[in-house]
Amino acid sequence: MSNSQLTPGIVPGRLPAESYIKNFGDLEPLLDRHEALVAADRCYFCHDAPCITACPTSIDIPLFIRQIATGTAEAAAQTIWDQNILGGMCARVCPTEQLCEEVCVREVAEGKPVEIGRLQRFATDRVMAAGVHPFTRAAPSGNRVAVVGAGPAGLACAHRLAMHGHEVTILERRPKAGGLNEYGIASYKAPDDFAAHEVDWLLKIGGITVKTGVELGRDVTLDALRKDYDAVFLGIGLGGVNDLRVEGETLEGVRDAVDFIAELRQQPDKAKLGIGRHVVVIGGGMTAVDAAVQSRLLGAETVTIVYRRGKDRMSASLHEQEHATQTGVRIIYNAAPVAIRGEGRVSEVEFAYTQDGPEGLVTLAEHFTLAADQVFKAIGQTLLAPAGMAADKKLPERLADNLWAGGDCTETGEDLTVTAVAQGRDAAEAIHAAIMGAKV
Amino acid sequence: MANLATNFIGIKSPNPFWLASAPPTDKEYNVRRAYEAGWGGVVWKTLGSEGPPVVNVNGPRYGAVWGADRRLLGLNNIELITDRPLEVNLREIKSVKRDYKDRALIISLMVPCDEDSWIDILKRIEDTEADGVELNFGCPHGMAERGMGSAVGQVPEYIEMVTRWVKTHSRMPCIVKLTPNISDVRKPAEAAKRGGADAVSLINTVNSITSVNLDSFSPEPMIDGKGSHGGYCGPAVKPIALNMVAEIARNPETHGLPISGIGGVTTWRDAAEFMALGAGNVQVCTAAMTYGFKVVEEMISGLSQYLDEKEMTSTADLVGKAVPNVTDWQFLNLNYVTKARIDQEACIKCGRCFAACEDTSHQAISMSEDRVFEVMDDECVACNLCVNVCPVEDCITMIELPRGEMDTRTGERVGDYANWTTHPNNPGATAAE
Repeated sequence: MSNSQLTPGIVPGRLPAESYIKNFGDLEPLLDRHEALVAADRCYFCHDAPCITACPTSIDIPLFIRQIATGTAEAAAQTIWDQNILGGMCARVCPTEQLCEEVCVREVAEGKPVEIGRLQRFATDRVMAAGVHPFTRAAPSGNRVAVVGAGPAGLACAHRLAMHGHEVTILERRPKAGGLNEYGIASYKAPDDFAAHEVDWLLKIGGITVKTGVELGRDVTLDALRKDYDAVFLGIGLGGVNDLRVEGETLEGVRDAVDFIAELRQQPDKAKLGIGRHVVVIGGGMTAVDAAVQSRLLGAETVTIVYRRGKDRMSASLHEQEHATQTGVRIIYNAAPVAIRGEGRVSEVEFAYTQDGPEGLVTLAEHFTLAADQVFKAIGQTLLAPAGMAADKKLPERLADNLWAGGDCTETGEDLTVTAVAQGRDAAEAIHAAIMGAKV
Repeated sequence: MANLATNFIGIKSPNPFWLASAPPTDKEYNVRRAYEAGWGGVVWKTLGSEGPPVVNVNGPRYGAVWGADRRLLGLNNIELITDRPLEVNLREIKSVKRDYKDRALIISLMVPCDEDSWIDILKRIEDTEADGVELNFGCPHGMAERGMGSAVGQVPEYIEMVTRWVKTHSRMPCIVKLTPNISDVRKPAEAAKRGGADAVSLINTVNSITSVNLDSFSPEPMIDGKGSHGGYCGPAVKPIALNMVAEIARNPETHGLPISGIGGVTTWRDAAEFMALGAGNVQVCTAAMTYGFKVVEEMISGLSQYLDEKEMTSTADLVGKAVPNVTDWQFLNLNYVTKARIDQEACIKCGRCFAACEDTSHQAISMSEDRVFEVMDDECVACNLCVNVCPVEDCITMIELPRGEMDTRTGERVGDYANWTTHPNNPGATAAE
């Protein structure tokens, strides 16, 4: 192919073949045994450790690190999975710099935390690679639970329910299980099909049936599920995408960032993916960063994230922002889109500078324009509520006697895999207590 | 610059750092390179009687204990004395000494416990021009099974007897190397002195098993499924060695007997500590085996800088400085009262002091909701455990209560010096009159 970084428009194959392998390989490689021992030795085994408190799933971090230090990665993995069955993915995608590692006493004291995330991956990867699934099911309870959505919340919920002896059916609208782990995470954070492997590994517990291509509201109703099952858990995520509401939004070349990321994740040969020469990403969250960074990795000549507020308001962490800028992404803060322009297809985006003051966000008179062959919208997602529910707000964690929810679709969701896992796990415990209590 | 040149029992060397009798000093090639690297002296690896040389195992000779990042903390070995022919060693010793007249060269010896064997070996080494001999009464493995090494060192009468033979049949300065594998190191030191030894060197290695292979259930180092105890050395044994050196230095019977300090000397600071406790020089092995001969450069520069800082002009100013302060427990001042203090600025809130004190000591540290850790003076017995487990240097320190101040733990004011010998709880207390 003769395309290069300078080829105008949206074209595939801008880079030499070997670049794609390098760009989409493991961002942070697995620690080897000795590296893990050295990293583990830095842990002080704090009393009532702040890292445990900071972890949404409350993993006993000092304990699992000590188990690594003493050569028992198997025990370490068990400690992790007891609290977080998707500990393998969380080790890769958790913003540890905002969670456990942010409060590590060595981060506070030296600016160099214990590498908790990488140590967690060391333990979980080792045991998963050995094909070990260290959980077994309790005696069959005779109860059946439906879980809608095979994302982190649904999977965590299903695993915990199966462990308690219940029969679980997961209904997933997409062709594959995994949710955002499969369709929404940047490729270089979970290469080698890790999300799918982790789902396969999780299902080894047994008692879980996954039905893909089944959509709530289209193929099955919530009422029917509630009638057919002892309990229903909704882990349906956020299916909707916010619009920019500016002129030109429907021009060719303007696209939702989540769709782009999902397509990228599902394409094994990244060289086949078209990418613009000049890419503009509008938004300030992880989706914006993932879309922007991967645009660069696909060979876009210039990539610019434009966020309407300041650096400190951006929901992508400083670490992620730095990663983006190191990859060659430019971030413009305090600017909002005014219009997207082009002849049939996008060629430029006009922005107005903004000011974030006590009265809220104010648009200033000064404008600027960025050349763009491709625009990604990443300004947040919304709940697509199942029929019969209010569409304008997120769900509570318990909706009715036999109806629970967890993950991003809930009011308490945080747009984090690890939070979704905690909610799914806790919902499973609540469902277990409720249906077993009802039986007594 | 302080002068590091030392005169140890008449043997001069440009610095107090000698390589101990061990594999690094087994042949001319190494010893020449050691001298070139800067070592002040060398104790040539132990020679035995003439005849077929000893044989060593052909599997692993060393076992180890590691700290974080595989730092070698302790090493043990099951190697025997030199396995090279006697005449080769003698020829090489003579050759090296001729070229390095300013360096110390001592020959370590170990032959069977009869006078003729000692007369014979002493005669053979006579014309090497070596500066002295060191009697190996220390090796705890292999040779001890044949009635040599520590088998001699564990019987003071034998030490005295053999030392006397050596002093009778040789004019060379004689150092007796002691084993730590005994209950009271003063006894063999006294025996060496009675026999006429010019000095003692200690410690030789400690009987040890470094680890057990939990798959094959054999001690390490493992030889064909079996293991044998070996001699332990390196940083891990230094505290044991320091105590033994101090015991000899402060024992009235042996006070003033020159000591060559051995046992885990890895840095200039280790050497200075041995010397402060009475060692006239030090011998090094594990540090050289771990890092190579070059480590002596740090030892030389470090000791020199330290002596300058202390305004000492030679190593003699340092030797024995700490000996008067080594005493028995019964003479420690029971009215020396300290309390732990936590520097809140330095504290990183790991809570290790709290866990240690609360779970295993005197419940004298409080923890607030927001992880502020504070010492409760009315519970603190000043045990120092919090200081030792704190990962931050100088974050927790011991502050002395001045005389007359109230100790809120005991409800008594801090009094004048008083020790156990006069304490009312001591049934054997002598009345203060």
